[in-house]
Amino acid sequence: MSLHEAVLRKETDLLSSEERLKPRHLRTLGSLAGMVAIVTAMTLLARQFAWVGDYPDAWIAPFEDWLNVAMKWLIHECSFGLFTFKEFTRSLAWLAGWPFKLGMGLLIKGFDIALSLPVAGRIEFHLPHLSWVGVAGCAALLGHYLQGRRLALISGGCFLYLALFGQWASAMETFASILIAVPLGVIVGLLLGVLSYWSKTAEIIIRPLLDMMQTIPIFAYLVPILFLFGFGPVSAMLGTVIYAVPPMVRCTHIGLRAVPDTQLEAGIISGCTRTQLFLKVKMPSALHQIMIGINQVIMLTLNMVIIASMIGAGGLGYDVLTALRRLHIGRGLEAGIAIVVLAIALDRLSQAATQGKVRKKSFSMGFVYNHRYSLAGLFLLVLATMLGSKLAFVAAYPEDWFITTAPFWDGLMSWININLYDPLYAVRTFLLIYLLVPFKKFLLNLPWLAVIGVLFFAGYRLGGWRLALIVLFPALFPAVTGYWEKTMYTVYLCGIGVLIAALIGIPIGILAAGNARSAGTLNLILDTLQTLPAFVYLMPCVMLFRVGDVSALVAIVAYAVVPAVRYTLHGIRQVPVSVLEASAMSGCRRDQILTKVQLPLALPQILLGINQTIMLALSMVVITSLIGTSDLGQEVYIALTKADIGRGLVAGLGVACIATVSDRLIQAAAELKKERLGLT
Amino acid sequence: MNLATQTADFRNEPEPKLACRNVWKIFGNRPRRFMARHDNNPSDEALAADNYIGAVRRVNLDVYPGEIFVIMGLSGSGKSTIVRCMSRLHDPTHGEILFDGRDLSKVGKKDLIQIRRHKMGMVFQHFGLLPHRNVLENVAFPLEVQGKGKRKRIERAREVIELVGLEDRIDNMPSELSGGEQQRVGIARSLAVEPEVWFLDEPFSALDPLIRSEMQDEFLRLQRLLHKTIVFITHDFDEAIRLADRIAIMKDGEIVQTGTPEELLINPANDYVAEFTSRIPRGKVISAQAVMDPLPRPEAVASDEYDAPLISCESTIDECAQCVLTQKGPVAVSDLDGKIVGRLNRETVIETIFSNTSDNGYESS
Repeated sequence: MSLHEAVLRKETDLLSSEERLKPRHLRTLGSLAGMVAIVTAMTLLARQFAWVGDYPDAWIAPFEDWLNVAMKWLIHECSFGLFTFKEFTRSLAWLAGWPFKLGMGLLIKGFDIALSLPVAGRIEFHLPHLSWVGVAGCAALLGHYLQGRRLALISGGCFLYLALFGQWASAMETFASILIAVPLGVIVGLLLGVLSYWSKTAEIIIRPLLDMMQTIPIFAYLVPILFLFGFGPVSAMLGTVIYAVPPMVRCTHIGLRAVPDTQLEAGIISGCTRTQLFLKVKMPSALHQIMIGINQVIMLTLNMVIIASMIGAGGLGYDVLTALRRLHIGRGLEAGIAIVVLAIALDRLSQAATQGKVRKKSFSMGFVYNHRYSLAGLFLLVLATMLGSKLAFVAAYPEDWFITTAPFWDGLMSWININLYDPLYAVRTFLLIYLLVPFKKFLLNLPWLAVIGVLFFAGYRLGGWRLALIVLFPALFPAVTGYWEKTMYTVYLCGIGVLIAALIGIPIGILAAGNARSAGTLNLILDTLQTLPAFVYLMPCVMLFRVGDVSALVAIVAYAVVPAVRYTLHGIRQVPVSVLEASAMSGCRRDQILTKVQLPLALPQILLGINQTIMLALSMVVITSLIGTSDLGQEVYIALTKADIGRGLVAGLGVACIATVSDRLIQAAAELKKERLGLT
Repeated sequence: MNLATQTADFRNEPEPKLACRNVWKIFGNRPRRFMARHDNNPSDEALAADNYIGAVRRVNLDVYPGEIFVIMGLSGSGKSTIVRCMSRLHDPTHGEILFDGRDLSKVGKKDLIQIRRHKMGMVFQHFGLLPHRNVLENVAFPLEVQGKGKRKRIERAREVIELVGLEDRIDNMPSELSGGEQQRVGIARSLAVEPEVWFLDEPFSALDPLIRSEMQDEFLRLQRLLHKTIVFITHDFDEAIRLADRIAIMKDGEIVQTGTPEELLINPANDYVAEFTSRIPRGKVISAQAVMDPLPRPEAVASDEYDAPLISCESTIDECAQCVLTQKGPVAVSDLDGKIVGRLNRETVIETIFSNTSDNGYESS
């Protein structure tokens, strides 16, 4: 049923709404009362029986050890006869290294070529790498091809920035790995997506795998990758692909599913075979959605840049990481901004490709005209590179011309430390004493059975026994594996972060929804915020609040606020104009329209926004472990530094469990809400 | 009145081009098994009791070569489903679809593809154009999947595009065309392979009224040129009357009545059909021979006996009204050979024009 009909129905039900309101409120009250009762009962019981309060150590299942044993077997003993599993993965890594070397050679190192020819004897020469002028020029050309002058300026400008600010070499190293990782991710994602479209069984297997891939923190699977593929850019690339592939699979699947029936029927009646139907009708029709997937892959790949450098990727990520470890905030920020600049360029370009107008091929104009952009690009690259062998400043941007902002940032940092120390310290202390510490204590002191009881109860109220059971297992996992306290610590940080993000984000969304122009501006800002890798948020936070929980909290809020704003905005703006007009004509004031029509109808959307906020907050929590929080993320991080596979994976799964529980519960709540509104 | 002898010639053709024999299409869990359990003739109650939906039930129809056969019904009546069964976009649950006497429902995948490539064309309500291809490529699409060479298919596509009058939009993308133009592309595409049977599934329903009637004229013009065997689906009874040689009216998955527009108007099978026909200006549909006072034996015309002009038995009442009303007495009606077969008097003409089969008053049309 459409939103419109739903509203109409709501209006016709107006007379009976009085009666209907009561039981609904009772229901909510009942749920709350139930939860309070469970918590009270468990707290009282915990005084009597210690095992209700704290999960007894004796009951902990040594999951980590099992995983470690399994992994050891895989690495040391698993063998296919001729070669071992490890040899297999290492040779895969070796194979995957070649395109990377090619990219590096093209963009940074150039090629040393030695040929032994029968006539001329041995020839050695150096083939120079592509000139920065050529690469930046090509970026601009691509922008012009995809959209026009504006995009040409943006993308060309972004690449120019990288050169001007002395980030070119690092940026190109990152760019080279992106150039390899993105096609790899796209191909893998496309194949999996098509597979899950063709076969129901494949879909059933792939779905939960995707959920896992997206919710387990990346750190957790870095360790096994490290063992199997060794330290280096290839491992980093593979980790990146695992992280970046799920949206590609989803988009492909959705795109193929969404091909309109009439197009399919038109294809069939034209006499298409299965293959023809797939290649000529379904794939082209799904192309738009697939392009969105590709954009996602690019963005996630960029998001991984810093983390990937932990297992051997060089480039900008490595610069950020080393600077951050040495607390060289200025230099870190510079490299961080370079990542952002690269991200903006690639995001805009791929988005333009997604929305791109189809350029008509003209039969009459001939080859040169039809390929004018690619020919121009090629010409530019060759010319600039050849010039580069004569003029050094064309080959590589000279260091004397670098502009550096690092001293400025460092200066700003000292200035903040000297002049803003007191107010910031006050804010920090206030937050700690009155918000963070009490909430943390409350959560950590809750009996574990109370938490599980409440979750089980919530699952039952929202989705019956099925949901209750689905929620139960991931809720038990942290207790059974002995990570209860760390998990609650994560929940505390994440929970406060989400709460604040929602309190900030939802009102912003509501305000911006009021008029189209501010909504447009806000969308632009949100787009930009979403292109920032999570890591970048850490730096200003550390600048202001030093390391610790408060910095982590601010970073979480900043990172996670985006979906809260975006979904609210979208939810309110999707309310049909006819409904708004109807309520205005019924005599609603603006605030009444908001509270009685727009917000209720937008509520399911807002809930989904909160869900996304939680997911982002969780992924940020893990990263904040770098600046000294002691949650599951830190556990994973320690495991990474100690190469403890079991510990890393179990702690990572713990994070995935939190994500699963909150995701299932909120989705169920949104569904329930939608159903009540008659939107399904 | 013996209507059967008066209907159009194609009835005398021995073989229908396309025929449905007791066709069923049932939606639900394992429908074939359900059908078998009920001797392939489940009652409405049995269907309802087990939550099956009988989208098409015991449908029998014959479509003769060169005729425009219209299936008319309101939404949910099963008309789209039956046409999809006939083109095998859906597999019928039970029954035979005879195409040139061959049961389509038993034809293998490969043969079916060949039949679709060479003998069938279909036009869809929402056009079903491929958005990533321009007009020419869309029209050439069926030829392309057949494996026709590029030059040949472009040549043929241009021909059909000219036929539907779109030659100056050949490079446009579907999104750049109006609804009417898009459907012209759909029509051109379906005609590109020179099909023997042409299915049109509510082709004009998504268009504005003015464009719709323009497209109907266009359609009739094309049919005069091409003489295809046509199955035309519509929910619009006016459209059906305007285009059809014969009409089948569907309701709840069953065919209520099949006949020429005239037969439906004069002898509606039940109230449901009468409800539709009551809104139709009868003078435009009913022919002289249907309401004349027939002579016992055809008579040759003695040239000096009648000054008044003769009326052809096939002309509609609207067409001959002026002639009859200006004469004092009844006017003679002649058959196609020029023999007089009956007389038409002014009362009958007036009655036909101004009366309705249902008794809800007179319509002034």
